[in-house]
Amino acid sequence: MTPDQARQLVRAELLRIVPDAAIDVIPADADLREELELDSLDFQSFVAQLSERTGHRIDEDDYGHLRTLAGCVEFLATRD
Amino acid sequence: MPSLGADMDQGTVVEWLVRPGDTVHKGDIMAVVDTTKAAVEVECFTAGVVQELLVEPGRTVPVGTVLATLAPAESAAEPEPTAQAVPEPRPATQKPAARKPAAAGPQVRKLAAELGVDLATVRGSGKAGAITRADIQQAAERKSKPVPTSGRTKVSPYARRLADELGVDLATITPGGRDGAVHAADIRATAGRPETPRRPQPKRDRVEAMRATTAGLMARSKREIPHYYLTTSVDMFIALEWSHKRNRELPVPDRILPAALLLKATALAAKAVPGFNGHWIDDRFESASTVHLGIAVAMRGGGLAAPAILDASELDLTTLMARLRDLVKRARAGRLRRTEMTSATITVTNLGDLGVDTVHGVIYPPQVALVGFGKVLERPWAVDGLLGVRPIVTATLSADHRVTDGHSGARFLDVLSGRLREPETL
Repeated sequence: MTPDQARQLVRAELLRIVPDAAIDVIPADADLREELELDSLDFQSFVAQLSERTGHRIDEDDYGHLRTLAGCVEFLATRD
Repeated sequence: MPSLGADMDQGTVVEWLVRPGDTVHKGDIMAVVDTTKAAVEVECFTAGVVQELLVEPGRTVPVGTVLATLAPAESAAEPEPTAQAVPEPRPATQKPAARKPAAAGPQVRKLAAELGVDLATVRGSGKAGAITRADIQQAAERKSKPVPTSGRTKVSPYARRLADELGVDLATITPGGRDGAVHAADIRATAGRPETPRRPQPKRDRVEAMRATTAGLMARSKREIPHYYLTTSVDMFIALEWSHKRNRELPVPDRILPAALLLKATALAAKAVPGFNGHWIDDRFESASTVHLGIAVAMRGGGLAAPAILDASELDLTTLMARLRDLVKRARAGRLRRTEMTSATITVTNLGDLGVDTVHGVIYPPQVALVGFGKVLERPWAVDGLLGVRPIVTATLSADHRVTDGHSGARFLDVLSGRLREPETL
């Protein structure tokens, strides 16, 4: 997955959870859970979708990589 | 009109999901009723055949009003109304219909979303101007057929989204394109004009109504319930290690979140220690035999609801987790069931996700206890004479002093933290 594809996937999945989120104005290194007020259920559903859409297993130990937009993109783009 | 909460005194029928002549079973969803909290699906309390729908969509009626009549299933042929759709005792004093602008039930809204129909562009043909499913289907058909000149204006999907973002009413746009369709440029041009009439925001009304309901209920709670508060810190090390290990073998959607452990421990404590699970009714405590665990759910955009996970103490963690996910999702979509809205016997509020350490919550009357959890924090902690770093959560019990004393409250928290120290018992 290219960084662009990863970015689009992350964007789409976040919008699914917070439909009116202004994702483009969130700094790449900001904590997504704080920025979008995601609770643990939201975050789990976000991770579940990323895992399903990419076909990659994502463990709880990996959650730390998914805290920010930049982290998500890097994590997904380097999985292949 | 069933009472869908201690604070509800009237409701609006949004949509009937059954018609006269339909055979219904106990638990079937008959209608959607709008309250200040949410649009709620009202289930049928008995089996039978629908005789007559007495309150048309769009009407607001007091709790206790007969909404429909049912005939027993076996004597379906005889149109004798023997059962009320709702067993409330109050007489049917019908208030004049409250006209809501273009009311649309959740199912109608869902259909509209699926078919890409903008509700603001649909004229309701139902009673009191309510939008029906037929209206949406017709609108979708019109939309899919190329109608070049007369009738409905075509709008590009991007323009539609932009209009939504900028708060522009599509009906006010003059198409600028050669094809007679509204494009993004038209939206931008309109949005730039200061006099653009903004779309009415029904969502805002909902938030305000919810605020008012919560205000009334919480004021009543603080006026009537002599709260006392007890707090304890629980070492979550064992519980989190246990769930972490368990989750490693599971796909993401089946994993147990710490919230599920806290909920289950609370439900078990409520079942084990008398005086916290039930309701204060007519100046006395009525203990409940099952634990219906209310969950405080914050709505996006504001507002609060506390629907219940039924029989929470009897559910295994995987099921509890699934119920929690489903409940929160539906609460936020405004789709809760009557029993979920009314039957909570004790409530949990978990503000840990927002980084709060401790919650001293306000009890939901007529319940008599509420348990608040803060964030699970890494803290210096003495274990077996050694100082280590452990994940600690603060559990706070708010309880009704008319029913219990601090002594029982302490036992409640002790059982709760004991369960969390032995997660395999959850």
